[in-house]
Amino acid sequence: MLGRLWRKLVLLFGRRRFRSDLEEEMAFHRAQMEAELLEDGVPREEARYAAKRRFGNATRLKEQSHDVVGFRFETVLQDLRFAWRQLRRSPGFAVIAVLILALGMGVSVAIFGFVDAALLEPLPYAQPNRLLDVAETAAMWPRSNLSRPDYEVWKRQNTTLSSLEVYGGMGYLLHLGSTTEPVPAARVSDGFFSTLGVTPMLGRGFLPGEDQPGKPKIVILSYGTWLTRFGARRDVVGQSVSLSGESYTIVGVLPRTFEFAPRRDSEFWVPLLDKRNGCEERRSCHNLFAVGRLRDGVNIDAARADLKDIAARLAKQYPGSNQDQGATVQPLYELIVGDVRPILLTLLSGTALLFLIACVNVASLLLVRSESRRREIAVRGALGATPARLVRQFITEGILLAAAGCAGGLMIGGWLMRLLSHILPKAMLVRLPFLGDVSMNPHVLFFAVAIVLFASTLLAFTPVIRLSGMELQDALGEGGRTSAGRFWQRLGANLVVVEITIAVVLLAGAGLLGKSLYKLLHVESGFDTTHLATANLMAPGANYSTNAKTVALYREINRRLMALPGVQSVGLTTDLPLQCNCDTDWIRIEGKPFHGEHNEVNEREVSPEYLETLKAQLVRGRMLSADDDASHPQVIVINESLARKYFPGEDPIGKRIGNGALAPDTMRQIVGVIRDVREGGLDQDVWPSEYESMYRTTDTYFAIAVRTATDAGAMLPSIVSTLRGIDPNLGVYGELTMQQQMDSTEAALLHRFAAWLVGGFAIMALVLGVVGLYGVVAYSVSRRTREIGVRMALGAQRGAVYSMILRQAGWLTVMGLVIGLACSIGASMLMRKLLFGVDAWDVPTLASVVLVLGCASMAASFLPARRAASVNPTDALRTE
Amino acid sequence: MVYILSMAAKPDLLPGTLDMLILKTLTRASMHGYGIALSIKRLSDDVLTVEEGSLYPALQRLLLQGWVKGEWKTTETGRRARYYTLTAAGRRQLSVELSQFEQMVTAIGRVLRDPQEA
Repeated sequence: MLGRLWRKLVLLFGRRRFRSDLEEEMAFHRAQMEAELLEDGVPREEARYAAKRRFGNATRLKEQSHDVVGFRFETVLQDLRFAWRQLRRSPGFAVIAVLILALGMGVSVAIFGFVDAALLEPLPYAQPNRLLDVAETAAMWPRSNLSRPDYEVWKRQNTTLSSLEVYGGMGYLLHLGSTTEPVPAARVSDGFFSTLGVTPMLGRGFLPGEDQPGKPKIVILSYGTWLTRFGARRDVVGQSVSLSGESYTIVGVLPRTFEFAPRRDSEFWVPLLDKRNGCEERRSCHNLFAVGRLRDGVNIDAARADLKDIAARLAKQYPGSNQDQGATVQPLYELIVGDVRPILLTLLSGTALLFLIACVNVASLLLVRSESRRREIAVRGALGATPARLVRQFITEGILLAAAGCAGGLMIGGWLMRLLSHILPKAMLVRLPFLGDVSMNPHVLFFAVAIVLFASTLLAFTPVIRLSGMELQDALGEGGRTSAGRFWQRLGANLVVVEITIAVVLLAGAGLLGKSLYKLLHVESGFDTTHLATANLMAPGANYSTNAKTVALYREINRRLMALPGVQSVGLTTDLPLQCNCDTDWIRIEGKPFHGEHNEVNEREVSPEYLETLKAQLVRGRMLSADDDASHPQVIVINESLARKYFPGEDPIGKRIGNGALAPDTMRQIVGVIRDVREGGLDQDVWPSEYESMYRTTDTYFAIAVRTATDAGAMLPSIVSTLRGIDPNLGVYGELTMQQQMDSTEAALLHRFAAWLVGGFAIMALVLGVVGLYGVVAYSVSRRTREIGVRMALGAQRGAVYSMILRQAGWLTVMGLVIGLACSIGASMLMRKLLFGVDAWDVPTLASVVLVLGCASMAASFLPARRAASVNPTDALRTE
Repeated sequence: MVYILSMAAKPDLLPGTLDMLILKTLTRASMHGYGIALSIKRLSDDVLTVEEGSLYPALQRLLLQGWVKGEWKTTETGRRARYYTLTAAGRRQLSVELSQFEQMVTAIGRVLRDPQEA
């Protein structure tokens, strides 16, 4: 065995010698035979032929001898060399094919990179699949914040979680040096980081009990904060930092890899400590969310049942605050990626379709080529190439193309990933941080290999299937033109139908997503969103602790901003519109039956000018006025939704509402009804809302809305500097025009992301599909030149030739359109979650897709049809 | 697929027997390819005609296995030819193949014999 391998190796390096020896000995053999025949009196010429015949096919025999001593890879190399020469011989084809494949593959790889980063990479915590998102449920909330007293009971009584920790949002005014800046922060319970399995990179985490009221004020920095605000100094641990006028000791710095999506912009992490103005004393005040870790051997259903039991007990025990409050549990992973999953899956499907269309396109190019290579194949067959070897040649060529496409695809993919992460607006990266760390990793490479295999298979076997129907003699004689032509038309045409179908699906998807985006951005908001500048403010609570002080601040802000040229009116509110259905209140209507249910409505404390500044429309009664302050009875303005829901068929003006107990100090009279102003997100329902006077409160977190005569964006800098001029300790942040606010809402960002990308895919698909159709029609015209010539010689009019060609193209287009429409309705049903205000079968969208594709297809087939019609019969007949 | 099947040699030899015939022929003397073909034809009274070229792939196989050795010599007519000689391993291989072949022939014979004659 070893000897055999050795001899094989020796022969591998003595190939030339081997060949010449074989040649010589075969020549000797033939010469001997010839001599023998000559002796028998056979004429010389005849003897030579007879000897050759008796000897057999010398080329094939040499090749067989070669196969005996050769290694398998040698023939593969041979095939590869030949395939390379084939591609070099038609560089146009090669470049186009590789480019199409590379583009299709590059886009797929890039999108897969995002999907991988967002959906496949595990969360950066210890045993992330054991972590749960835990929250309460309420009548109008499938997932509602948790109140601190409820949390404490849940934590104490549950038997299924090894730990249950809470977190909540917080804002501080950071005083560094002489500057004051509002910063986002998070309050967490003591075991929060240990539950996630995260240990600080510097210093320590929170110790048990450090989150209790009265404990020392300590803080942990996020990595970015440490880097940018503290110069990455290792000695920050132990130093103190001033947050909203109070001194906190830095005990730790989180690692660079730490990320907690629900509070991802938090710069400072502090323990819960005090109970926030009494809010956290009350069971009815919900401001926290929880993460839990399942005990070993416990599954999520058991945990859900356990917490629901506890919630039910609490509801019985405290009906006033806990009636109808339940518990909800989902994997933490769901909370973090749940929103983006449908979009990413849609994009991935889109790229899959695009990739398929690219492959199909290249496959049909290969078909055209295999058609024109029939002679070559026939000759090689006649020279002794076995069918298997010929097939292998085509497979090799397919694989070579796919490999070249893949190399290009990886380059394009890597480049696209970087490009996409760069061109995404920064606001989007904050909300969708996974988009920032997309890279070529093993998952992505594995995916690339998988799609290359798919492409190779498709590209290798299309011509093989095609060739297997070919007959040798026909091919040699080029006589089988019509039958082969028909076969080609069938396979090629089927591929074109597939391409058009895919193009329809992608175009329809893009159209629907684009229309959703349009509808989303033009949803009825109930106020004038143009020429409106907004900003958020944070006033230091210590300086503004009484109603008199805050009201003075509100009035001063109003006065100073009104003094700016170009400002028409100024309003203050606790929450700007289009943000969220949040900061809600439970109301009870005087004189109506009440059984403790939680009638949840948005509660907004606003300055008297606010609703007019928004240009909200008064339906009945009056707006709030400057007199509705602490020295007058409480009054409110409600929106039409509240009026419809709680005062059906009645006039709500003059009616009074209060809290669940109708406590005297909560009673307020309705003085006006406005048309709905959308408080929640663009894609959310409009909720009942009530507007109370801010002049009765001590709110230190609020926002301003400024109606400007000209461009609101241009006014923002002077608005901000004016606000800072009122009190240098005021934190001003998030200054945006209302239009910018709308564009940067999560719903708008996600919809725009999806619409643009799918739109890009659709355009590529349209181009590829139309080019494919053009190729098929042009090819069929060139094959039928003679037939057309005959027809015209026999008297066919040019018009008839036109219509013959266009009929063929039209038939293919119609088939593609019909199948495509059916498929796209199915596809749109699958992505219904992403559609907003549009049906999956939206007729105008589908009709325009049909129109666009139909026109493009007709244009693509018109050119070859014209060439066919301008055929000169005599020339055509001479082409044979 | 219909390419070139008609070009293939008629199966006029039992498959696998060509190697054996070559080895057997070489027990008598070392020979060149033409000599081997001639010898097989003569000894079989022209019954076994090989597509003569197909000797060469077979010879390459035998060379590779180490069952024969090749050596370039000059013939009586003054031309160069490769003479093949049986090696010891080749001899062993031949006896293995011969016994296998005999077993097979006997077995086939038994099957083909008429039962009455038994």
